[in-house]
Amino acid sequence: MAMRFSENADRMDVRYVAGLARIALSDAEAARLQGQLDDILAFVGELKKLDVSGVEVTDVATEAQNAWRADVPIAGLEREATLANAPLARHGQFVVPKVIE
Amino acid sequence: MSADLHDLGFLEVAEALTQKRASSEELTMALLARSEELESKLNSLTWFNREAVLAEARAADAARAAGDNRPYLGVPIAIKDLLNVKGQPCTAGSRILKGYVAPYDATVIARLRAAGCVFVSRTNTDEFAMGGSTETSAYGTTRNPWDTDRVPGGSSGGSAAAVAARLAPAALASDTGGSIRQPAAFCGVTGLKPTYGRVSRYGCTAFASSLDQIGPIARSVEDATAVYQVIAGLDPHDSTTAARPVDDCLPNVRAARDLKGLKLGLPKEYFVDGLHPEVEQLTRAAVAQCRALGAEIVDVELPHSKYGIACYYVLAPAEASANLARYDGVRYGFRAEAEDLQEMYEQTRAQGFGAEVKRRVILGTYVLSSGFHDAYYLRAQKVRTLIRRDFDRVFARCDAILGPVTPSPAFRVGEKTADPVQMYLGDIFTANVNLAGICGLSVPCGFTTGGLPAGLHIIGPAFADARILQIGAAYQHATEWHKQQPKI
Repeated sequence: MAMRFSENADRMDVRYVAGLARIALSDAEAARLQGQLDDILAFVGELKKLDVSGVEVTDVATEAQNAWRADVPIAGLEREATLANAPLARHGQFVVPKVIE
Repeated sequence: MSADLHDLGFLEVAEALTQKRASSEELTMALLARSEELESKLNSLTWFNREAVLAEARAADAARAAGDNRPYLGVPIAIKDLLNVKGQPCTAGSRILKGYVAPYDATVIARLRAAGCVFVSRTNTDEFAMGGSTETSAYGTTRNPWDTDRVPGGSSGGSAAAVAARLAPAALASDTGGSIRQPAAFCGVTGLKPTYGRVSRYGCTAFASSLDQIGPIARSVEDATAVYQVIAGLDPHDSTTAARPVDDCLPNVRAARDLKGLKLGLPKEYFVDGLHPEVEQLTRAAVAQCRALGAEIVDVELPHSKYGIACYYVLAPAEASANLARYDGVRYGFRAEAEDLQEMYEQTRAQGFGAEVKRRVILGTYVLSSGFHDAYYLRAQKVRTLIRRDFDRVFARCDAILGPVTPSPAFRVGEKTADPVQMYLGDIFTANVNLAGICGLSVPCGFTTGGLPAGLHIIGPAFADARILQIGAAYQHATEWHKQQPKI
């Protein structure tokens, strides 16, 4: 799929990005969000003023490293209690709208 | 026992129960009665169930009568409506989780339960903890007990307001960019954001996983320490928790009387234009108090401070956009009626999420998307390193940092809702602490002429939680600000 972002990097195509995020927007919402997100992107654009060449990234700030647990089975959540929160469940499974004709 | 059981703090309640001066049932009833009386003005709670909670309290009393002498058995505590308590609703302030009942306990809840605590109520929060005022909650705005025309701060505004209004002796809350410390400052109570990795987030509704941390809001540093001590520590369910032991710091916190031998840094970047003059004056008075208690105060620099909010508002929405992908109308909560799966996803999220959550999920999706990832997300991760290094340099010569918690006292309901960037700037002194993964404490340090509380921010290096708690306790031993009560 071709990217359909606007040519100005600081002005996003709100409808397109909302589609990626699986959020339907009304016209009024899209218009309001466009203005607010333009403001926010202009604000976070401040970061471009910093020289970050040669700086490593921080993804987690503290000493945490990949943690391993013993390779033994542990109980998950109980099926009934878990399915009780589903909007629709049948035969011990989540139900979704039909995806295959 | 006096009629004012609701006035007792967490450790006072524990003592009253241990000495059999009151029962958990009496205490819990007092808190529920007060909640029923004041909630029409405050809206700090999203749930309490008299019968269910009283049954828990009676069970604690029965256990104590049978010889169970756990120190916190029967002590009531309020829980931010973001943390799973088995059998209780957990809405995260969102319409999309309306009707969800937690099928398990968060680790912090399991630990408090093992200690004997009673989960008396659930507290309001900005939707998915995204906000600084509780105004983004789908369940209405919480009001500040000091002035009900004003916000309590957020996102843990419900926890802070409930503790300030004496609806609970203490509460659990969470802090991603200031969500414990800012409402604690606005409501005149004490709030701790522990070091990243000190407290498990298993069972906490995830917002931004590299920043989220759970901590206590209480009416004193001692009470906050007692709760922190129960919830901290390694958890196999959260791989970011540190394997370091959690020392029992409560005796030292209770004994803290002075700050002799401590070097405390005062960043010049925290006293800049835009800082409310009365907040500045109250903060400087608190710093002078720390000096009088024996601390050496030194000027320090955190040159990348001003980039913190921009950095945070790239990284936190990015992580949120991934974490909130799970709300798809399939496994829990709200589902919109639709013809096909795609429309079901899009309508569920359109109708289930509020405006702030949509804004952040869309922003986060954008900064992670192909073509913009390097310019925004990757760059922000590098700026995060610069912010972290600033703190490393200061902590090489200082034991802790002092400053204001918020740039202003509590603002009026509706004052900032139209301008997201103005709302985001409220986190200017707090978000950097999350970005650096270090710990921060907010303690009440006085009132403006309008009667609004301000907070002193005590920032410590990673895993120096006990140290900042001792500093806060010494300060509270010398001051009375944390003992002031709002008249509601």
